[in-house]
Order: sequence, then C-alpha cells, then structure tokens
Amino acid sequence: MAVAPRTPPKKRDWSWRSQAFRGLLYQIIAVILIGGVAWFLAHNTAENMRIRGIQGGFDFLKSPAGFDIGESLFHFDSNDPYWKAFLIGVSNTLRVAIVGIVLTTLLGTMIGVGRFSRNGLVRGLCQAYVELFRNVPVLIQLLMWYLLFTELLPEISEAKNIGPFFLSKGGMSFPIPEWSTSHLSTMAGAAIGLVAAWLFRRRTVKRFEETGQLGSMFLVPFIIVIAGALAGWVAGGMPTTWVVPKKGEFAVEGGGSLTPEFMAVLMGLVLYTAAFVAEVVRSGIQSVARGQSEAAQALGLSKGQEMQKVLLPQALRVIIPPMTNQYLNLTKNSSLAVAIGYPDVVSISNTALNQTGRAVECIAIIMLVYLTTSLSTSFFMNWYNAKSAIKER
Amino acid sequence: MAETIIFQSLPPRPAPVKTEGLVPWIRTNLFGSWQSTLTTLIVGGLLLYFLPKFLNWAVFTATTVANADACRADGVGACWGVIKEKYRLILFGRYPFDEQWRPLVATLLMVALVVASCTRVFWNKWLAVLWIVVIAIYFVLMSGGYFGLTMVTTDRWGGLPLTIMLTTISLVLAFPLALLVALGRRSQLPAIRTFCTIYVELVRGVPLISVLFMASFMFPLFMPQGLTIDVLIRALAGITLFAAAYMAEVIRGGLQAMPKGQTEAAASLGLSYWQTQFKIILPQALAMVVPGIMNNFISLFKDTSLVSIVSMYELTGSLGLALNSDADWRPYKLEGYLFIVAIYFAFCFAMSRYSLWIEKQVNKSKLR
Repeated sequence: MAVAPRTPPKKRDWSWRSQAFRGLLYQIIAVILIGGVAWFLAHNTAENMRIRGIQGGFDFLKSPAGFDIGESLFHFDSNDPYWKAFLIGVSNTLRVAIVGIVLTTLLGTMIGVGRFSRNGLVRGLCQAYVELFRNVPVLIQLLMWYLLFTELLPEISEAKNIGPFFLSKGGMSFPIPEWSTSHLSTMAGAAIGLVAAWLFRRRTVKRFEETGQLGSMFLVPFIIVIAGALAGWVAGGMPTTWVVPKKGEFAVEGGGSLTPEFMAVLMGLVLYTAAFVAEVVRSGIQSVARGQSEAAQALGLSKGQEMQKVLLPQALRVIIPPMTNQYLNLTKNSSLAVAIGYPDVVSISNTALNQTGRAVECIAIIMLVYLTTSLSTSFFMNWYNAKSAIKER
Repeated sequence: MAETIIFQSLPPRPAPVKTEGLVPWIRTNLFGSWQSTLTTLIVGGLLLYFLPKFLNWAVFTATTVANADACRADGVGACWGVIKEKYRLILFGRYPFDEQWRPLVATLLMVALVVASCTRVFWNKWLAVLWIVVIAIYFVLMSGGYFGLTMVTTDRWGGLPLTIMLTTISLVLAFPLALLVALGRRSQLPAIRTFCTIYVELVRGVPLISVLFMASFMFPLFMPQGLTIDVLIRALAGITLFAAAYMAEVIRGGLQAMPKGQTEAAASLGLSYWQTQFKIILPQALAMVVPGIMNNFISLFKDTSLVSIVSMYELTGSLGLALNSDADWRPYKLEGYLFIVAIYFAFCFAMSRYSLWIEKQVNKSKLR
C-alpha cells in the first residue's frame, strides 16, 4: 500500500514557527532599535547644540586658523584657513607613517630573521628586544624618547657635532645636496634605470621559467638603477655642492633638519612596531614545513640561500595578512603624536576643536582620515596578498 | 704450518664529542664558524662597552636617598630617591593619602579574581556571579559613602588601581558584546550581519584616541538635557566599545575554525540556533580563542595609558602629575619613567607567559 505523499511545506509560512518569519522580525526589531538609538543621539546633539548656542557645519574650515604650526611640508601662517591646517596635519601623519612603515619593516624583518641565527648571542639579543619593546606601552616609549631628545641632548648653541650632522635639543641637522636643475637629469637617469631594471628582471624570470636557468634577480637590477642614476648625474654636469649645516650664533643653520618631535614619534613607533613585525616574521618562517629547510640543506644551500630562496618566499604568504595589521596599527598609533605636540592630524584637530568648539566636526575629520588610510591600505595589501598567494588550479 | 693469526687490538676510538653542557654550547653557538665568531666578537664588544656604562649609571653611582640635593651632586648617576619620595603619588594618583588602603585592597581583590579566572578549575558559571560581586565591592570600596567610608569622587581616582580597573572592567563588559557581534557577523540575517560588520570595521579603522576624544568631548552632547555622566564611565564606555570590536574578530576566528559538521550534527539533533551556539559551537570555539583574548587583554592594558591624554590620571598620567609641577624632582623624570616601565613590563610579561602556557593547554587535546 502506497504511503500518501506528504504535502510539501508552504514556501512562506507566516507564523512564529517559521524561521523565515522570525528572521525577518528580528531584523526589523534590530533596524528599529538601532535607528531609534541613532535618532535619539542625533536629536539630543541637535538640541544640546541649539541650547548651548554651538554653531554646526563645516563652514569654519574657510576662516583663518589663527595658530602656527611647528613643522609643515609647505608654507603656513596663522592667517591661512583651517582646511589648510588640516591638510598639513594629514601630510604630517602620512609622512611619519610612511617613513615609519619602511623602517619598521627593515628592522622587524632583521630581528625576526635574527631569531633563527646560528649565533646564540644574536638569538638572545633579538628575543630580549622583542620582549622588552612589546611589553611597554607605545605612549610611554614616545614620551621617553621625547624626554631624551629634549632634555638630555645639549642646548642648540652647543649642538653636538658628528661629522656633518648636528644633534641638539632643536633636533637634528644634516647636509642635503644643493638644488639645481641638473639634478633633474639624475632623476631622469634613475627613472630610466628603473624601467630597464624592471625589463631585465622580467626577462630573467621568463628565462628561469622556460629553461630553469637562475639569473640574478636582485643584484643586477639594483646595479642597473644605480648606474642609470649615475649616468644621469654625469650627464647633468656632476653637481657636487651640498648645503652643509653650520653652527650659527643661536641656531644651526642650513641643510635639512628633523624636529625632536618628529624623531621621537618616528623612533617610538618604529621600535615598538618592529617588535611585533619581528614576531610576525618569526611565526611566518616557523610555519614553513620543517622538511623544506631540511631539503634545502640536503641540496647544499647555504644558510643565507636557504632563508632567501626557500623559507622567506613561502613564509611571505603567511606573513602578509598580520603584517597589514601591523602597518595599520603603526598608522593609527601615530595619532599618539598629540601627546608630545607633533602636529599630526589629531593634534591639529584637537587645537581646532579647542578654538572653535566644534567637537562633532573635528572628531569626524580625524575618523574620516584614519578610515580612508586604513581602508586603502587594506585594499592594497589584499591585492598584494592575492598576487603572492599560491597559484592553484 | 698454518699461519698464526696474531691478535691485534684496534686503536681505541676517540670518545664521542660532548654535545651537552656549557662549553660545547658555547663552541657551537658562539664560535660555530668564522662568521659566527666575528659576530660574537662584534656584538659582545658592543655589549661590553655599553652594559658597564648603563650599570654604572643605574646601580653603582646611583643614589637611593630621597633628597634632591644628593641627586644633584657631581658624579651621581640615577636618582632612585625620586621613587622613594613619590611612589605613593605615582601608584595611587590623587586618591586621598589616608584612604589609600582602599584602592590597594580593591585592586588586590580584582587581581586575585583575574588570576582565578585564568585558572581552568574555576571556569564555571559561578565565576560570572563572583565577577559581579567583586566589581560591586570594588566600586563601594573605591567611591565610599557606605559603611562609614568617606566619599571619594572619581576625579580623584588614579594610578595603578585605575589602570587595572579600566582594563579588567572594560574587558569583562566587552566580552558579551563581542560574543554577540561575532555571532552577528556570521548570521544568516542580512540586516544584522551588515550592522555588525560596519561596527567592527568602523571601530577597527580608527585609533583609540579618537574614540576617547569622542567619549570626552562629544558624549556630553549625545545625552538628553540635564543628564551628565561621569567622565570615568564615559571613558570606560569608549574603551569597552573599542575592545569589543577587536575581541569580536578574535572570537569570529574561533567560530570560523569550527568544522561545519558540528553545526550540521546539532541541526540533525533538532537543536535551535541558540542551543547550537551555546551548547555545541561556543564551548569549543571559546576554548580555542583563549590565547587570542589574552592578547587582547595585554594590548588593552597597554592602551589604557592613552586615557592620560584626555586628562585622567592612571599610571602614566599620575607620573606626570607627580613630577611635572615639582621643580626639584622634575629633572629625574627618566627614573620615574623607568619605574612605570618596570610595572607595565611585569604585568604584560606575566600575561604573555600565561598566554603561551594556556595555548599549549588548549592544544593538548589535538596532540597525541
């Protein structure tokens, strides 16, 4: 006897028993709750601002700022509008973040690789470095560097002289090449060298993939770039004049200079983040299967070759995502510059906030700047990650 | 005549090279090859040059007399007297001097509870009850007003008790929130998933200092007229929201690592969504992410130093409070910094060692 076929359940059953209905209900409740809270906060803010007589809106950006900024990449004085001050803040943030990321990558990789050294002393020092710098708040490290640079260095008039460098409470001065149009030809030469090196490297990689013959992939391209720049420099008439800083009556004059604030922020961020980068690199290298290292040794590769050609390329895939996080952390931590008065975007916003009282707008600007940097960095790193991932079927 | 075979003993083989002990370790690890020897000599030389100088400053020529004049004398290195003179102010901030036993007791109680929470024997539901009780005791002890304790307003709280309180309470409050957000980000319901994703990405994209600025400058505008909330509570709320986003990502990592079969098995047993999460998924996933949460705890502990920027006097802020306005002792701020560095280091190092240990414990079930 055939069993009567069960009727299939109706597609949408609008009752408490239906998962779809409950799901919809939960979502509607969530939207209403969050919308309600948002409306409540916005309403209160508008009400409070009306009662306290606080003006809203971003129109204050056009009015003169009325404060000076200690260091900026382009000219600024107190008559310039707020938007220009914010622009300087952003450029200062980016400057310290980009230089910091480059330096921290170099230092962190060196320390991370150093923990696999055959030399016990190097291993121990690298571990001690990581433990020491990782376990102390970055804010205290920044404050300590600032203290060292501003209180323990000699006065400006008695600046310490190391070769052409001057070190004092006023910062560090260093020689820079005197600008002349012939430097353009050096730059052009370097650019041509860069293109040539890229073409050369592409050909080497292609030949390696076709025939298995290993060519130089780093040293020769590097030499090509240097040679290009050198050729451009010779073609430009070999300008050799440098602007060397000289000790004046009250200050060190001429040459390039770094303020103690910039140096303290950079030093603190780089040394702190390098400890984390070292750990990222170490765990990346450790994640490569033990057999890879043994196989490299069996093939007779030296320790350096083993690291460079076998371990690091494979470790890179594990390293990239946490490395992105460290870069973002460094960028976000650069906001601590406000504690020592380096004019980054947070400290400019803080000043503007105190002057105009527009808390909502100024904090919105800070958040917008960091969100933009964070999101664009993670997009770039995701792209790079996808590029270096294992090519699978 | 048959050739007689004369017994000849082979020359004795040399004893095997000793590979254990100090001397062989030094031979292989410091002088293994000529590059290694060179490195040892250079690094060792630098150490031998700088270490005595540092020790000389920090130990041999240092003074521990709490007298600024003794520190200013020629040839005197570190002046640890500054800590002898100011340690109460650095450790407890502006809390009334005679009442400082209260933050001490309250903080010891809280630290004891944190240590208990780190021990596996205590991982049951009574722990949650205990937390509520201890937090209540903490606030009663700190603020007073009951049992004959004098009232101490929150703007006078400071130093190490404030650091520990901000860290633990915001972590405890962030945990349930993070749990919900982590589940929400993996939910089937698009509206809830979107809200949770936006929250996490937004908070993780901005620095903590901007969240703290928001808590101290914007939060008063958010509240209805006449309602003012204490700055400590506002900072606590800011740190909690910030920590929850990071912790949610750690928990989500644990949820993602769960094999799909677990959910399917629960579904085939007829368990509801919440039953599946609370009885099957979370117990396994949370055990896996304990080391990650511990790392959150460490970074939160360090991050609380930022509240000194919005003028609250936790350990970093109270150091400035103790030394900035005192002309006699101000030149010895470096020693003061080294003192709080040692405190932060001790806490963070202990926690990171615990994190390593618990990682091994958690992974024990996977080892055979």
